[in-house]
Amino acid sequence: MDDVNLEKPADLEAEEGTVVTAAEEKAPGETILEVENLQMYFPVKSSGIIRRTVGHVQAVDGVSFQLGAGESLGLVGESGCGKSTTGRLITRLYKPTGGSINFDGKDIAKYTPREIKPIRREIQMIFQDPYTSLNPRHTVGSIVGAPLAIHKLVPRNKILGRVQELLEIVGLNPEHYNRYPHEFSGGQRQRIGIARALTLHPKVLVADEPVSALDVSIQAQVVNLLKDLQKEFGIAFLFIAHDLAIVRHFCPEVAVMYLGKIVEVADRETLYNRPHHPYTQALLSAVPDVKQAAIGGRRDRMRLEGDVPSPINPPSGCRFRTRCPLAQEICAKQEPPLLQIGKRHKVACHFAGELGRHPMQPVTAGVLGVDSQGNPDPSVTPIDAPADQPGFADTWFDLPNQAMSKG
Amino acid sequence: MTEFSLTKSGSGEDAFLSVRDLKVHFPTQDGIVKATDGLSFSLERGKTLGIVGESGSGKSVSSSAILGLHSGSNAKISGEIILDGEDLLSLSEEEMRQRRGKDVAMIFQDPLSAMHPYYTVGNQIAEAYRVHNDVTKAAAKARAVEMLARVGIPQPDRRVDDYPHQFSGGMRQRAMIAMGLINDPGLLIADEPTTALDVTVQAQILDLLQDLQREFNSAVIIITHDLGVVAEMADDVLVMYAGRAVEYGPCKEILTHPEMPYTWGLLSSVPEVTGDTDAPLIPIPGNPPSLLNPPSGCAFHPRCPHRDKVADDLCKTELPELLPGGRGPGHTKRCHLANPDEIYQTEVLAEIAPDLVKES
Repeated sequence: MDDVNLEKPADLEAEEGTVVTAAEEKAPGETILEVENLQMYFPVKSSGIIRRTVGHVQAVDGVSFQLGAGESLGLVGESGCGKSTTGRLITRLYKPTGGSINFDGKDIAKYTPREIKPIRREIQMIFQDPYTSLNPRHTVGSIVGAPLAIHKLVPRNKILGRVQELLEIVGLNPEHYNRYPHEFSGGQRQRIGIARALTLHPKVLVADEPVSALDVSIQAQVVNLLKDLQKEFGIAFLFIAHDLAIVRHFCPEVAVMYLGKIVEVADRETLYNRPHHPYTQALLSAVPDVKQAAIGGRRDRMRLEGDVPSPINPPSGCRFRTRCPLAQEICAKQEPPLLQIGKRHKVACHFAGELGRHPMQPVTAGVLGVDSQGNPDPSVTPIDAPADQPGFADTWFDLPNQAMSKG
Repeated sequence: MTEFSLTKSGSGEDAFLSVRDLKVHFPTQDGIVKATDGLSFSLERGKTLGIVGESGSGKSVSSSAILGLHSGSNAKISGEIILDGEDLLSLSEEEMRQRRGKDVAMIFQDPLSAMHPYYTVGNQIAEAYRVHNDVTKAAAKARAVEMLARVGIPQPDRRVDDYPHQFSGGMRQRAMIAMGLINDPGLLIADEPTTALDVTVQAQILDLLQDLQREFNSAVIIITHDLGVVAEMADDVLVMYAGRAVEYGPCKEILTHPEMPYTWGLLSSVPEVTGDTDAPLIPIPGNPPSLLNPPSGCAFHPRCPHRDKVADDLCKTELPELLPGGRGPGHTKRCHLANPDEIYQTEVLAEIAPDLVKES
C-alpha cells in the first residue's frame, strides 16, 4: 500500500514490522487529558404522563484526574460506582452535567456533536462485551473499516488494505476480513474491537472492562496485546476494571472509586501495599488469593457489611461512612476532601492511615477548619492545602505533621 | 477459621458422593459432542470440591448430570453417580424429582435469570420447601423468612414479599442460597456462585457458604474459574479440560505443586494482587478446543508448550491416563511428562514468581 497523503499520514504502513506512532505532539508523560470536577447526573423520572424529574442518579460526582500521554491510569471500584460512566463521559458518549474534560488544551465537555466529531478520532473506546459490541450483520472488514470511511481518512479502495494491516497488528488472520463476528471466539472478537478502536490512531483509549468477559486463559493474551500496543503506538489508557489484580498488572497509577467519587489515587506500589483509605483496604482484602492454598482456609479479612447505597440519595458527608468501620460523627457532617498526602498519593478520608494504624483524631480537621466532631471551629485557621485537584502538586499535606511538606 | 485436613481422594467406596466414569454425550448433526468424557471423583460430607476449567470444559454439564437435568434432552449419559449409596442415573424422572432440591440442590451463576421475575422471592423459596414437605403455606413462608434471616438479608419479614428485581445482586445470590439450603440438602452444587458479584460481596457470600456448610454439614461442589476462590474454599480440586479431568487432588497439592501444563497455564496467566508487577503474564496460546472434534491424544497438546519434552510425539497420538505423579497417590494428573515437578520449579515458577523459587 502506498503512502496516502491525507490529513493524517498513514503511518502504520512503514516498512513491515516497524510501526511509527502518530505525529508526536506530546512527550510521553506530559498531560494529555485532564478531568476536573466531572459530574454526571442522570434524571430519574416519575411514572405517569407528566414525567417529572423526581431526583438524580449522581453517577459521577466531582471526579478529577490527569492522564499523561502514553501512560495508563486504572479505575477500579464495585459495580455502580460510576467508573464506566466516567469512561463514557471522556469518550463523550454522554454529555457531562458539569466539570471540564481538558483534552490537548481544549475543553471538550461542552462540545456539540458537530464539534466533537474530530475529537472522536483521538479518544476511542474498547467495550466490555465482545458479543454485543460488534454488529452481527456486518463483516469484520466493514466494522474495522467503518471509522476510516466515516472520517474519510483513506480513499474507499484503500480501506481494505488498512483493515488487513490492523487485523494483523491485533493478531488475527488478515484473510478473515470478510467473515462475520459470530465466526470468531470471544477473545478474537475482543481483538476485533481493539482493531476498530486503533483504526484512527487514538491518543487516548478508554478500555472498559476489556477482559472481564473472557476466559482466564484468554485474558492474559488480550492484556499482553494491549500492553504491546501501548508500547508501540504510545497510547494513553484509561483502564476500567473491577479486577484489582489485572489493573495492578496494567497500570502504574490507580484510582479507586466509590459511589461516584474518587476516594484514593496513588501509584500502584503505594496503593496496593500501603493503602490509606478503609475502602481500598477492604477491597484489597476481599480479593481471594491463590497463595492461600499453601496455608489452607480463608484469609482473615476486613469485612464490609451491606451493599453500596443508592446513588440517588447518597449518604451525607463521606459516602462510604455507612459501611466504614472507622466512621465517626465528623464523617456524616463533613465531606472529606481528596487530599494529596504523598508524592503520588491522594486520599479522601478523615481518618486516613495505614491498615490498623488509623489515627484517632480526624486528620482533615485542620484543613477544613473544624473540630474533631466536624463542627465549624472559628479558632482553627484552615491550612491551605489544595484539595480535589486533577494532578499532583510538588508540596503535599503531610499526615504525621499535619502540615504542608515537600517530603 | 476451620481446620481443613486433606481429604483422601482415593477410592470412593464409602464416600457420600461418588461419580464413576461419567460420560455425557450430545449427538448433533455434525457428530457427537463429548461434553463430559469419563469423569470420576468422590466427595465426603462437610468437604468442598472445587471444579476449575474454562467455559466449554464440561464443568456445568457434569454438575447438571448430577442433578438429573439432562433428562428430556437427547444427551446420552453413562457411568455412575452414587449419592448416599444410590445410583442417581438409574432413577426414574419421578424418583429424581423427589430428590432434586432435597438431597441435591444447586445455586446458579446468575441469580437474576435463575429466579422467576413474576413471583416474590418468598414465594419461590417457600415453594422449594412445600414441594418436599407437607406443610401449610403459612408455615412454609415462616420457614422462608427464617432462611432469609439465616443468609443475612436485613428485615427478612418485609423483604420476603419483594420481587427479585428489588433485591441487589448480592442479596439475590443470598436468596438463591436460602432456596438451595431450605431442605437441608446433603449435596450443594454452586455453579460460579460469585462470578457475577463484586469482590466485597463475593467475600461475604463465600463466608456465608462456608458457615452454612459447617452448620448443615453438606458436601459442596463449587464450580469456578477463579483459582483464588478455589484456594480459599476447596479441600479438593478437579481441573477439567475438554470434558476430562486433567488433574485431581487435594487443593494445597494442586495449587502449590501442579503437575499438568494446563494447570501451570491457568496459574501463570492470572496476575496476583500481591505478585511482582514486572513478572509477565504468560497466556496459554490458542483457544479452547472444539468438543465436536477434539485433538487427538492429549486434548491439550496443541496449546501445550512442553509437548516437545515427551518422546515420540506421544502427546499427539496417545491419551495419557489419569495417574498419580511423583507426589503420592492422592494427586493424579493426565500428562505424559516424566518430571513435571522439576519443570514447574525451573521453567514455570522461575518466570512467574522468581521470589518463590529462591525460598524453596
